[in-house]
Amino acid sequence: MAALEIAQRLDAKGLACPMPIVKTAQAMKTLSSGQLLEVLATDAGSVKDFEAWAKSTGNPLVESGSDAGVYRFVLQKK
Amino acid sequence: MTLTLERPVEAPPVEAPAPQPAPAHEAEPALHDILIIDYSGDLERTWATMILASTAGAMGAKCRVFVTFWGLQVFVKDERRITGQNWMQKLLAFMQRPGISHRKLSKMNFLGMGPWMMGKLARQYKVSSPKELLEVAQALGVEFMPCQMTMDMYGLTRDDLVEGMAEPVGAATVIGLMQEGSSPLFI
Repeated sequence: MAALEIAQRLDAKGLACPMPIVKTAQAMKTLSSGQLLEVLATDAGSVKDFEAWAKSTGNPLVESGSDAGVYRFVLQKK
Repeated sequence: MTLTLERPVEAPPVEAPAPQPAPAHEAEPALHDILIIDYSGDLERTWATMILASTAGAMGAKCRVFVTFWGLQVFVKDERRITGQNWMQKLLAFMQRPGISHRKLSKMNFLGMGPWMMGKLARQYKVSSPKELLEVAQALGVEFMPCQMTMDMYGLTRDDLVEGMAEPVGAATVIGLMQEGSSPLFI
């Protein structure tokens, strides 16, 4: 497994549902297997939504956290 | 008709207990297709349809939207003002302007004040408009299938509808998809 090196960053701050997920799906298409995508969002619903998205699509959510109202997710392309 | 029954001397060999086929992808749930029936042309329901359809596309689900009755008016090109072949179809289009950017609220429309305020709030809170979500959904592979019967009733041609619509279909296609296990959602 590759080291925790972010291949792409996506700033979804300020966007409302469902755009953080939609933009994540679009960004993920440009990555190759094993690469990591970091997403920043401010939509509080995204915490559960990213878990659900990772589960449905099979792309693991390797890190998630929040800092001062900004949620950070790191997803790995399966 | 002749029917010969040969009694086997002994019970047919019981199939060796087949080893349980190891799941190829461990714990990968079988995901259903999503089938949204977009029946209403109201702004709030159109919005819900577009949010759920684009999300389904983003989640990698195969999502189809069957567009029927008032829902079909949403998919007429925004710039088309009067559609239809005969006077009654034209009058209907005149009374209710077709197009995704011209939707009205079912409640509290107040001559357009309601939708105007909704649009303003949506922009303020960075909620994408139904039109933007439709484009996203199409880019994510969501299929929008117009109802042929409704097209005929409104006098709509495929040229009246937005780009990228799937082939027109009928109710049997919808029921068939449900029988095959698509999760249905009537909006």
